Order: sequence, then structure tokens, then C-alpha cells
Amino acid sequence: MSSTENALTNGSAAAATLASGIGCLTMGVLTTLTEAVASVGRLLNFYNPTGNLSGKTLTTVLVWLISWAIFRARWKEKEVDFGKVFTLSLVLIGLGFLGTFPPFFDLIAG
Amino acid sequence: MWLSSRELWTTIHGMGLGAGFLLLFTGTWALLWGIRSGWVTTVGIEVHRRLASTVAWLMAAFAWLTVIVGTYIPYIWYRAIPPDGADLTKFPRSYLLAHPNLAMLHSFGMEWKEHVAWLAPLLATAAAYLISRFAPRMAEDSKLRNAGLTLLTLAFAAAAVAGMLGAFLTKAAPVH
Ligand code: HEM
Repeated sequence: MSSTENALTNGSAAAATLASGIGCLTMGVLTTLTEAVASVGRLLNFYNPTGNLSGKTLTTVLVWLISWAIFRARWKEKEVDFGKVFTLSLVLIGLGFLGTFPPFFDLIAG
Repeated sequence: MWLSSRELWTTIHGMGLGAGFLLLFTGTWALLWGIRSGWVTTVGIEVHRRLASTVAWLMAAFAWLTVIVGTYIPYIWYRAIPPDGADLTKFPRSYLLAHPNLAMLHSFGMEWKEHVAWLAPLLATAAAYLISRFAPRMAEDSKLRNAGLTLLTLAFAAAAVAGMLGAFLTKAAPVH
């Protein structure tokens, strides 16, 4: 099958979109969590010169890739309700942006 | 040399890779916008797809390089802890925090930049994947095309915030 066939099912597009939302959410949650819980910050300090940004970003990338692989395996042959998946992805992306916003994570961290 | 190696790396990060990403965004967005069955022929769609996916993957690669270089090169110098009595102008984070009128540039500016920037490569990669695999379908399916355009725009927004804050930080407390 050509990689760009018109009749391609939309499942793998939905998987890529949702995974990007999950990745953004992960970054937002980890950013807020490291501010709120000191032990999480220490745990994610994979490389001292960059501090816990190393752990937050590496974990985010792993979660993003794994979730992409999982959803792709489940949906690649299927036609899914792309509108619904996209709306959910936008919510996750929005939460991801929010979690990286300092006034928000400072508020949560107290 | 008139630029120290630290200044050179910060410039490569921000003005080379970062600005490259922001420029490629415009081209990718315009090409994707034009992928519509009523506007272009089948051959036109294929030409648009090839061009758009090349530019989109290039844009995603620039986004990855910008955040990786930013995090593992200038950021290390930016946040280094100064020894006692050191000249703080060589330690931007400590310099900013030592000046109450500039502290916000770190506590808001860098804190937002270093995190939000990492959303850009995730979103740009998803957009590049959608464009390279689904462009012919996007010509008919406006939901899919709009998703691609939205992901691109959100990647741009994250990078634009990071770039703008980077420019402010470099003005107030350059890495050198
Ligand atoms: C898409 C993402 C990004 C863009 C577009 C971007 C853009 C920029 C720009 C335009 C500058 C100013 C450069 C100059 O005037 O020479 C800059 C500086 C800088 N960026 Fe980024 N950046 C991004 C992500 C990151 C990330 C993820 C980090 C690290 C965590 C980072 C760390 C820095 C540092 C440390 C500086 C220098 C600040 C100073 O001089 O005090 N950037 N960036």
C-alpha cells in the first residue's frame, strides 16, 4: 500500500494526534509536580547540570512515543471518530500548556 | 573572536535553529492550507504533499534541535551556581535573581520558556506525520487538514513564546 493512499484509514492520524496531546499533558503534569513535590523533582534530576528538566523532558518523550505506538497498533487499520479524538487531544494540549505556565504551577505548589 | 563560544552557541540555538523553525512554520502552514481538492489537481496535490512534508519534517527537526541544544548547552551555563564572590554577570540565573527588578525574567520568563518550548517538537512532529501520510486525504477531509493546521499553529505558539522570552533574557542577562 502506498504510504499516502487516499483511502488510508484515519486511525494512525488519530493515534499521532492523541499521542501529541498525551505528551503535552505529561510535560505539564511533570512540570507542576516537580514544583509541588520536592522528592519528584529530585527523582527526575537525571543529569545534574540541567537539573530535573532532563528527567521531565526524557520522561515526556518516552510517554509520547509509547502512547503513539500503543494507539497506532490499536487503530492503524480502523476508521475512528477523528473529531472526537482531536477535541480530546486539544484538551490535553491545553492542559499541557497550562501545566507549564509559572503562575499556575506556583499556585498549585503553594 | 568578537563572539565567545558561549555566545556563539546561544546564537546558534536561538537565531539559527529557533528562528529557522519559526520561518519554516509559515511555509508549511501555507502549503497545507492550499491542499484542497477543489483548488489543485491530483498532480498538484502530490507536488504540494512532497513540498509540505519536506518542509514540515525539516521544521520538526529544527524544533528538536532547538530544544535539545538549548537544554544541553546554553541552559547549563545559564543555571550554573556561582562560587562565592564570583562576578554574577557570568551566571545569568543568579544575576537575575539577585536583582529584584529582573527576578521575574527568571521566575516567570525562563521557567515558562524551558518547559513550554518542549511542547513544540511534539506538536510539530505530529503535524509532519499527518502531512506526509495523509495529505491526499486532507485534500477532501477538512477535519484532518484543520487538525494539521492547528497542530502546526500550536507548535508555533509554543516556540514563539520560548523565542520571545529567550530574546528578553539574552538582552537582560546574556550567557557569555
Ligand atoms: C522552540 C524552542 C525555542 C526557541 C524558538 C528558542 C529561542 C531562543 C532565542 C531567540 C534566544 C535568544 C538568542 C540570542 O539572542 O542570541 C534564546 C536564548 C536562550 N535559550 Fe532558547 N529557545 C527555545 C527553547 C529553549 C529551551 C528548551 C531551552 C532550555 C531549557 C532554552 C534555553 C535558552 C537559553 C539558556 C538562552 C540564553 C538566555 C540568556 O542569554 O540569558 N531555549 N532562545
